[in-house]
Amino acid sequence: MTRPITTGSSVDHVDAARRGRVLGWWFFAEGRLLRERPFLGVTIATAVGNPVLYLVAMGVGLGALVQQPVDGVSYLHFVAPGLVVSTVATTGAGWGTWPIMGGFKWERTYLAAAATAITPVQIALGELVALGLRLLVQAAVFWAIGLAFGAWPLASAWWVVPIGAAAGLAFFAPLAAYSATLEDEGIQFNFINRLIVMPMFLFAGTFFPLTAMPPFLQWIGWISPMWHGTQLARIASYGMANEPLPTLGHAAFLAACIAGGMAVAARTFSRRMEKAS
Amino acid sequence: MPVIRAADLVKTYGDFDAVAGIAFEVEPGESFGLLGPNGAGKSTTMRMIGGTLLRTAGVLEVLGLDPETHGPEVRASLGVVPQQDNLDEELRARDNLIVYGRYFGLPLSYLKPKADELLEFAQLTEKANAKVSALSGGMKRRLTIARGLVNEPRVLLLDEPTTGLDPQARHILWDRLFRLKEQGVTLVVTTHFMDEAEQLCDRLIVMDHGAIVAEGSPQDLIRRYSSREVVELRFGSDRNAAVAGELRALVDRSEVLPDRVLLYADDGEALLETINRRGLNPLTSLVRRSSLEDVFLRLTGRSLVD
Ligand SMILES: Nc1ncnc2c1ncn2[C@@H]1O[C@H](COP(=O)(O)OP(=O)(O)OP(=O)(O)O)[C@@H](O)[C@H]1O
Ligand SMILES: [Mg+2]
Repeated sequence: MTRPITTGSSVDHVDAARRGRVLGWWFFAEGRLLRERPFLGVTIATAVGNPVLYLVAMGVGLGALVQQPVDGVSYLHFVAPGLVVSTVATTGAGWGTWPIMGGFKWERTYLAAAATAITPVQIALGELVALGLRLLVQAAVFWAIGLAFGAWPLASAWWVVPIGAAAGLAFFAPLAAYSATLEDEGIQFNFINRLIVMPMFLFAGTFFPLTAMPPFLQWIGWISPMWHGTQLARIASYGMANEPLPTLGHAAFLAACIAGGMAVAARTFSRRMEKAS
Repeated sequence: MPVIRAADLVKTYGDFDAVAGIAFEVEPGESFGLLGPNGAGKSTTMRMIGGTLLRTAGVLEVLGLDPETHGPEVRASLGVVPQQDNLDEELRARDNLIVYGRYFGLPLSYLKPKADELLEFAQLTEKANAKVSALSGGMKRRLTIARGLVNEPRVLLLDEPTTGLDPQARHILWDRLFRLKEQGVTLVVTTHFMDEAEQLCDRLIVMDHGAIVAEGSPQDLIRRYSSREVVELRFGSDRNAAVAGELRALVDRSEVLPDRVLLYADDGEALLETINRRGLNPLTSLVRRSSLEDVFLRLTGRSLVD
C-alpha cells in the first residue's frame, strides 16, 4: 500500500455498462477460455491423441477386418466423419454437466461474474460461445490429422469441423440448462451419461449405419444430435446418398437443440443465480 | 440525490422474512454500515443492492436506477466484496484480477498495470503467479477485496471484508478505504467488529430479524443507547450470577454475560467505589467508555461474537 490510489475517473462506468449490455456474453466467453489455460497441455494432448488413436484403431485396425465397402466407401472413409462428430460431441456433453454445476456450487465463478456488468443470460451464452470455439479447434485438429490418414475423399470434408462443433453444442445446451437446476452432488450425471449420452452415442451410426439396428430402436438415433451430426458429416465427407432426411433437416435438428437448450438455459441460469448466495 | 435509496424493502423466502421492510438512504461519499447478529439480513440486503438477488417487494434505487432492471448499469459502477470468497481457484492470483476485469469489458492495457497495482495493495505481489488454491485464507480474502476494486467503483459493497484478516492487513484495508472515501467513493460495509464499525462508518443501521432497530452515527448511537461509561466486573463464573441481583439494584442497566458483568453508569469510578465499599470484591474490574458493542448488546440482546 505504498502507491497512491488512482481515482475513479479512469474507468468510464457508463461506457462499461453499455458495452456490457452488448458484449457481455463475449467478455464472459473470453474469461472462460482464459480459465482453460491451465489445462492447455492436457487439452492439446487429447485433441491430438484422440484422433490418432481412433483413426488407427477403427479406421485401420477394424477397417482391415471390414473388407467390403460400407455405404459404398471404404471403412476408413465411412467411420472417420462419425469419429469426429462423436469425439467432439462427447466433449460438448462433458462441458454441460459438472463444470456448469460447479460454476454455481463449487468454484462459484458464475456468482463472481454475476456481480459484474454481465447478466446470467450472458453467462449462459458466453459458455456456449467459449465451448463453440474450443470445439471448432478440436474438430479442426481431428480433420487435419484425418488428412494425413487419407480419411477424406472429398474436398468438402472440411465441413466436418463446424458440423462436429454444432453436434457438441447441441448436446451441451440442453444439458447445461438442466445442470443449472441441480443443487445436490450431481449424481444425476451418472444417470445422464449411462442412460442418455451413451445410448445416443451407440445409436449414432458411428461404426455402422443406424439402419443396421432393429427398426423399433432406430428412434434413439433420430433424437440423437450425434446421429444427425454424423449424417451431415458423411454427406460432406464422401457425398453420402440415400438420405432419409434432407441435409437441411439434420441441420435444423441441431440448430433446434442449440436454440431450445439456450432458451431454457437462459431461464435456469437466472433462477439459479437467485438461489445461490 | 442519494446513492442508495431503499423503502419498504422486503425479501421473503417461503413464509420467512429475511428482510422485513426496511428503509434507508446512503448519501454520496458516505461510509454506511450494516450491523446485526447472524441472520439479521445484512448479506441479503447487500445482494439486493447489487441486483443479484431479486427483492420480494419495495423500492430500491442504486445510483438512481433499479438494480433489477438496470443490473449492468448499476453493477458497472459497483465493487462487490461478497461475504464468501468466490475466486477462481484454478487461476493464478493475477489472472483472477484480469479475468474479473474482463467481465467489465476493461481492456488489457488498463487491466495489466491495474492488476499489479492491486496485488501490491493486497500485499500479494510475490504471490502474483501462485494459484489461488495455494493461498492462505487471509490472502484469498485480500485478493477478493482487491478484485472488487478492479473497475474503480463509485460504490463499494463490503460484506464482512476483514473477517480472517490479520491486524496489519486490517489496518492497511482501513487506510485504503479512507483514501477511497476521500476520493468520493461511497462505502457500504457490514461487520461484526464494533471497533471497525466505529472506525469506518459515518452512519450505520443496526438490523435484527430483518428489521432496522436503530440508525445513526456511532457517537449518536452510543449516546442514545448506552451510558457514558461501563464498569466491567469478573467474579468468577459461578459467582457472576449470584451477585448480579445486588449489582442490578445499583444501576439502571446491567448485562450479565457468561464471563463478566457489565454495569452502565455515567461515572464509572464512583460506581466501582460503591461496589468495593459494599465488600463485593470482584476478581477484576475495569472502567471504560461505552462503545458500539454496548449499543449492540442493548439493541439485540446478544453479543456480536456468538
Ligand atoms: N437462499 C435462502 N433460502 C432461505 N433462507 C435464506 C436464504 N438465504 C438467506 N436466508 C435466510 O435469511 C436470513 C438472513 O440471511 P443473511 O445472510 O442476510 O444474514 P446476515 O445478516 O448476513 O448474517 P451473517 O452475519 O451470519 O452473515 C437468515 O435467516 C437466512 O437463513
Ligand atoms: Mg452475511
